[in-house]
Amino acid sequence: MMNRDSNAYTFLFATIMVLVVASTLAFTASSLKDLQADNVRKEKMQNILSTIGIQTDREQAEVLYKKYITNTLALNHLGGVDDSVDAFTLKLNYELKKPASEQRFPMYKAEVENTKFYIIPLRGSGLWDAIWGYIALKADINTIQGAVFDHKGETAGLGAEITQQWFQDRFTDEKVFDTSGKLVGIYVSKTNNDPKDTDKDDHEVDAISGATITGDGVTDMIMERLNHYIPYFEKEKNATALLN
Amino acid sequence: MSEKKGFTPEKTTLLFINNDSEPLFSKKNRALLTDPMDDNNPITVQVLGICSALAITVQLKPAIVMSLSVMAVMGASNVIISLLRNLIPNRIRIIVQLVVVAAMVILVDQILRAYAYDVSKELSIFIGLIITNCIVMGRLEAFALGNGVWKSFLDGIGNAAGYGFILIVVAFFRELLGSGKLFGFQVIPDFIYDMGYVNNGLMLLSPMALITVGIYIWIQRSRNRKLIEKN
Repeated sequence: MMNRDSNAYTFLFATIMVLVVASTLAFTASSLKDLQADNVRKEKMQNILSTIGIQTDREQAEVLYKKYITNTLALNHLGGVDDSVDAFTLKLNYELKKPASEQRFPMYKAEVENTKFYIIPLRGSGLWDAIWGYIALKADINTIQGAVFDHKGETAGLGAEITQQWFQDRFTDEKVFDTSGKLVGIYVSKTNNDPKDTDKDDHEVDAISGATITGDGVTDMIMERLNHYIPYFEKEKNATALLN
Repeated sequence: MSEKKGFTPEKTTLLFINNDSEPLFSKKNRALLTDPMDDNNPITVQVLGICSALAITVQLKPAIVMSLSVMAVMGASNVIISLLRNLIPNRIRIIVQLVVVAAMVILVDQILRAYAYDVSKELSIFIGLIITNCIVMGRLEAFALGNGVWKSFLDGIGNAAGYGFILIVVAFFRELLGSGKLFGFQVIPDFIYDMGYVNNGLMLLSPMALITVGIYIWIQRSRNRKLIEKN
């Protein structure tokens, strides 16, 4: 046997070790990929459904999603619908890097007991990494029905609290447009003197202590993402106005 | 090793396990499992792995899953290092240990993501942080590099169990007193809340994990006097 302290042996050992470990991990990752992707897909459906008040487990998510989500649209920057793109698989982080005319934004239209909802995916930055979520608007395209948020690596107990129900519930019934029809979004505020969020016309929700930057990230992503949908909202409002 | 020179008959071994011709669960081997539960507990006596003991003991369920994951990682990596102990070049042994532990942790993470997605979300970064858990590397360096496969396996499982036991005890009290629940189910009845009882929010924050561990150490040492340091 080779001398265990020689350089040649050390290099040989390291090389074999790296090869064995790398191929084992690569094999595991690729064989579990489908199962993992399926979990992520169902979780996305679960999140979309929860913004319109339908709580479900991951197993049921697909069935209920098909039942309530009536339409999935890929919108361009002019508010037109691009049928050549599957909106469900659009990834916002890729879309945002494209030139404005090539960006496509997903819009989920839902109908629960004859009430329409517009569900918009969000994506932005928190303190450490990406944050994302979904926000559902009622048929008036102004009042929030519900919101969910998630994050990659916000601080547990502080920024990570945006995933909690009590924080998300604060967005319900807040309005994203002011009375003149200008988009104002929802401000995650540290100074709104309304800790119970009883005032639903102030476009503000109470922030989480110790999570200022994550909260600002939530404010920004709601404003920025909704901004892209204004052309579509205009069309949609006009269409409704014509019908009436 | 035999001191005398001469012919020694080849022993048959099963997967290198019983080549020290000792019963599988001899007294010594059982001690490898039971010692870390009390006399040589990795958290309360050796004071290793404190960081994760603070981080994932807010609720029982993640604490249990974390314990099982650490157990899988420690059992497997102790066995692998012990199998390779006569092959590992001394100068890169720490790197080899790190690679083995990291590979095991990634395997556990991938499997959880495929089969226990909710749990893997809950544990998120802490699974990755098993790599930095001092107990894992500590046992590889201190035990697996110098002992047989079966003993190393028992040592890994034993230390992970000792670690997990503390995690579960701490998580029990933090979840019970902090949110009035166990495994996410409310156990403190409503009428007690009506009488003015409130959950202690401080229990949910990390400092109280440290204090709970401290109280455990106090109780442990008052029962087990040989753990008390003499000046």
